[in-house]
Amino acid sequence: MDSVLSEDPVALKILVAGGFGVGKTTLVGSISEIKPLRTEEVLSDRGIGVDDLDGVEAKSTTTVAMDFGRITIRDGLVVYLFGTPGQERFWFMWDELSHGALGAVVIADTRRLTDCFPSVDYFEQRGTPFVVAVNCFDGAAQHSVDDVRIALDLEDDVPVLLCDVRRRTSAKEVMITLVEHSLRTLASAN
Amino acid sequence: MSDSPQWFDEEAGPIVRPYALIRGRTHSSGDTFDLVATVRVIGDPPDELGPELQLILRAARNPISVADLAVEIDLPVGVVRVMLGDLRDNGLISVTSPSAGGARSNERILKEVINGLRAL
Repeated sequence: MDSVLSEDPVALKILVAGGFGVGKTTLVGSISEIKPLRTEEVLSDRGIGVDDLDGVEAKSTTTVAMDFGRITIRDGLVVYLFGTPGQERFWFMWDELSHGALGAVVIADTRRLTDCFPSVDYFEQRGTPFVVAVNCFDGAAQHSVDDVRIALDLEDDVPVLLCDVRRRTSAKEVMITLVEHSLRTLASAN
Repeated sequence: MSDSPQWFDEEAGPIVRPYALIRGRTHSSGDTFDLVATVRVIGDPPDELGPELQLILRAARNPISVADLAVEIDLPVGVVRVMLGDLRDNGLISVTSPSAGGARSNERILKEVINGLRAL
């Protein structure tokens, strides 16, 4: 049992958030080996809409698949990516995932920019370092990084970058920008 | 086995529902295991262990994260956590949580990650 004596592996978490269909799965798949992680969760009453019919039980379970990828930096140093369901009713999962997370990537689609408001709010409130990656879909109206920054009312230090989540080099740039941002956040806190 | 006709398949879902494997429990001492906590085997398994628990022990012969383990044995994380709680309570495994903010606050590791990502 040599492994018992070996140094604990370092595991880092990065969250990938954003609205439905914005490219979370594609981004995780572009840069890592992606696997579906099954979670069977009890939905809290936060997940029950106001228009529920009478007789619907207050709680129910649901199976949710999360995108899960891993990047092995070296033996004993691994970065885990979790694509988090964007809807508010999954925030109980975010609370767990963001605990101790290195940072988050919020993917934005300029055609539906409001979809990423909840993610931006969430990470701002939690104090989790994050970057906004504007996914440039084919034919999507191009907006400047500054336009997006103003529209999302971001702090000056939050990086905003254009990307194409299908391309590995672009996905890499997004991740590097995030870790550099986390490093700066850390340095300024010390 | 694969060449014999089977009326059950992936689409029909599991024959034994996941919650049955853990006797209907949704909570255990394993509730707080982080998805990236490291699981490792520390004890010799008794013979009468259930097949899923044996699968976990086999998968965790080398240190493995909770999330990787769930993918490996193809069960929902909630179910795996309950099983891990049982195994830990019986002294068969250890589960090491990543210290919150520990690695995050380590500049050397972050620089290593940046260089590692560049080299991908």
